[in-house]
Amino acid sequence: MQKSKLGLDFEKVGYAKNIAKKIAGDVQSFVENYTTVAVERTLCRLLGIDGIDSNAVPLPNVVVDSLMEKGVLSQGVIFYIGNAIVETGLNPQQIAEQVSDGKLDLTTLPVHPKQKIDAAIMPIVNASLDRIKSRRARRENYLNTIGEGSKPYLYVIVATGNIYEDVVQAQAAARQGADIIAVIRTTGQSLIDYVPYGATTEGFGGTYATQENFRIMRTALDEVGEEVGRYIRLCNYCSGLCMPEIAVMGAFEGLDVMLNDALYGILFRDINMQRTMVDQYFSRIINGYAGIIINTGEDNYLTTADAFDEAHTVLASDLINEQLALIAGIPEEQMGLGHAFEMDPSMENGFLYELAQAQMTREIFPNAPLKYMPPTKFMTGNVFRGHIQDALFNEVSIWTGQGIQLLGMMTEAIHTPFMSDRYLAIENAKYIFKNMKSIGDEVEYKENGIIRNRAKEVLNNAVELLEVLQNDGLFNALEQGKFAAVKRPKTGGKGLAGVVERGANYSNPFVDLMKQRK
Amino acid sequence: MSGGLYSMEARDFDTTLDLKKIKPYGDTMNDGKTQVSFTLPIPCGNEAIEAAKQLMKKMGFENPQVVFYKELTAGFTFFNCYGSCVHTVDFTTIHVPKVEATTWDMHQTDEYVKENVGRKLVVVGASTGTDAHTVGIDAIMNMKGYAGHYGLERYEGFEAYNLGSQVPNDEFIAKAIELKADALLVSQTVTQKDVHIQNLVELVEMLEAEGLRSKVILCCGGPRINHELAKELGYDAGFGMNSYADDVASFIAQEFVRRNKK
Repeated sequence: MQKSKLGLDFEKVGYAKNIAKKIAGDVQSFVENYTTVAVERTLCRLLGIDGIDSNAVPLPNVVVDSLMEKGVLSQGVIFYIGNAIVETGLNPQQIAEQVSDGKLDLTTLPVHPKQKIDAAIMPIVNASLDRIKSRRARRENYLNTIGEGSKPYLYVIVATGNIYEDVVQAQAAARQGADIIAVIRTTGQSLIDYVPYGATTEGFGGTYATQENFRIMRTALDEVGEEVGRYIRLCNYCSGLCMPEIAVMGAFEGLDVMLNDALYGILFRDINMQRTMVDQYFSRIINGYAGIIINTGEDNYLTTADAFDEAHTVLASDLINEQLALIAGIPEEQMGLGHAFEMDPSMENGFLYELAQAQMTREIFPNAPLKYMPPTKFMTGNVFRGHIQDALFNEVSIWTGQGIQLLGMMTEAIHTPFMSDRYLAIENAKYIFKNMKSIGDEVEYKENGIIRNRAKEVLNNAVELLEVLQNDGLFNALEQGKFAAVKRPKTGGKGLAGVVERGANYSNPFVDLMKQRK
Repeated sequence: MSGGLYSMEARDFDTTLDLKKIKPYGDTMNDGKTQVSFTLPIPCGNEAIEAAKQLMKKMGFENPQVVFYKELTAGFTFFNCYGSCVHTVDFTTIHVPKVEATTWDMHQTDEYVKENVGRKLVVVGASTGTDAHTVGIDAIMNMKGYAGHYGLERYEGFEAYNLGSQVPNDEFIAKAIELKADALLVSQTVTQKDVHIQNLVELVEMLEAEGLRSKVILCCGGPRINHELAKELGYDAGFGMNSYADDVASFIAQEFVRRNKK
């Protein structure tokens, strides 16, 4: 039995995980009957279809849209592409180009027997899996040779809008001590239903996630990683309308961390919940297979809801995200479950509550590289106090053994970080992590004290919420605004038109093969 | 610093306050003492320090001191500097346009609406365009509010609709018509490359095209917005940093009554 520094009731934790498992299971029984345009485009990419047409429309979109227009997407691209390979002897890329040129209509070809289609498609599927496996092996080789920074990993963002400028900033941050570089996406990318192509130099508040941009940054981080003798992880955003597509691009290009929340898009981008649930499942299968750490977005709840009053919603969501991730085959070691340091700084004993919640999260998910988010809501433009808020946040993190430390910037709420802001943030974290390294092993929490009682209270409230969610179902709970105080209708939001019920010929061989780690 | 804790500099300047010629205050009137930090794209070294000092002089600082420097990455050096500003400003001639309303608390505003309007004022708010940030509009509208200032949803005098983020201007207007909005609140957080300006201007133009502009009280808010900018763009009021629901609610209530008295 695990020992709790907080006197947590692990039977209650087990009970909570069990309810969360049932809630996730309900969602999964829906997910398995559906596919989406994003999932099918992802399969195109896994089959090796890439590039754009003369109007800059990605070929995966061209292929999937052509099936959607004919009303036959329910049979899936594996069936149509496989059938076309048997018929024409062309490879998937050539088939996509012919569809794009109007020379080939996938839906009018004679249908070949399933056995032949499988025989045509499986070598391509296996080659695709090998491509991802070799990327994963490359990372593991780096970790075994040059090594990595110690936890909590220092996570910083770059957000210039220009991938080449991002490279300069990212390499500088790595030299200063950053372990993870996240390239913030341009505003609005989550709502476009395709992934742009090629290197990009124009973005608002961030840089487009494209496969080429991933490749450019991965190359730059390998270069600086070898220089500093530490593997530098690359993070991007596997969310929005192209969740699984971004996952596969990341898997091909050696990304290490992906924001990949089951509920975030629904709550904060008003993406339809059916679409999101189907997309998140396949995206997580790919991330799991590629050895990518997923980050969940519970911290965002606390930017709208109150960090003290709504702490239990963060825990409840972490528990559901964990179960959904397990269904998708993600091991605990790749679950960067999220939470945040967002209490009002004017609150008496706010630090103690933060400490209690962080320690509680640590103990409830002992193997997860928890992603801890810095103060943002109460960063005011007073950079001097802001630097202290970030210091308190760093103290809680080293004290409670968090996994991924998204560094707070003292200029939060003012501008995207300057090079010097990032330096000062890293210096702040390194100072505290070193100076307070073993404090968690030395200090115990008083029985019946503020910290233990707070943890107990949050767990109890989370269990109550999960019980309600179990009765209502997750979809209904989201309709009622149980998370982040945001209400979303089941048939509302963006992207619902791209959800299709699976037909008789539908297959997705990657699901089982990836989950079995073939 | 080897200079010791106490400043031995001669104070050969006039230490009386003159509002026609104000300058920064460190610990003595008119000492002009200012703290500056910046990064120069040059490698660390004596030449870099000299470059920082020369730049400080060009910025208008006497006795520039580089108190800390550090090469952040090859070819980029960060400086913390102090200097005495030589420039002054005439405070007596400054005029800044302000939102013309008295800020009341929630109960006062509710009471005022009850007595002078006799119904709830309908307020529709959103973070519009591509802006995905709801922190601003939530701070003003959500029940909970921000930093102890309750949001409009809690007011009895308002019917508040928060449409959330990334609301296109045409949808925003359609919703305003549907709900018969008395006031519209637009929040803009992302401001890179002035995307917020284009978006704010577009909304005004679309409202004018629909013949709605004069029928609604139009407010915008965000970290890079102030009242002067808002007026320039054709808004009735702009709310920048450190404004709360109280400010917005008081303005809407008073402006509504002012308009409908005529």
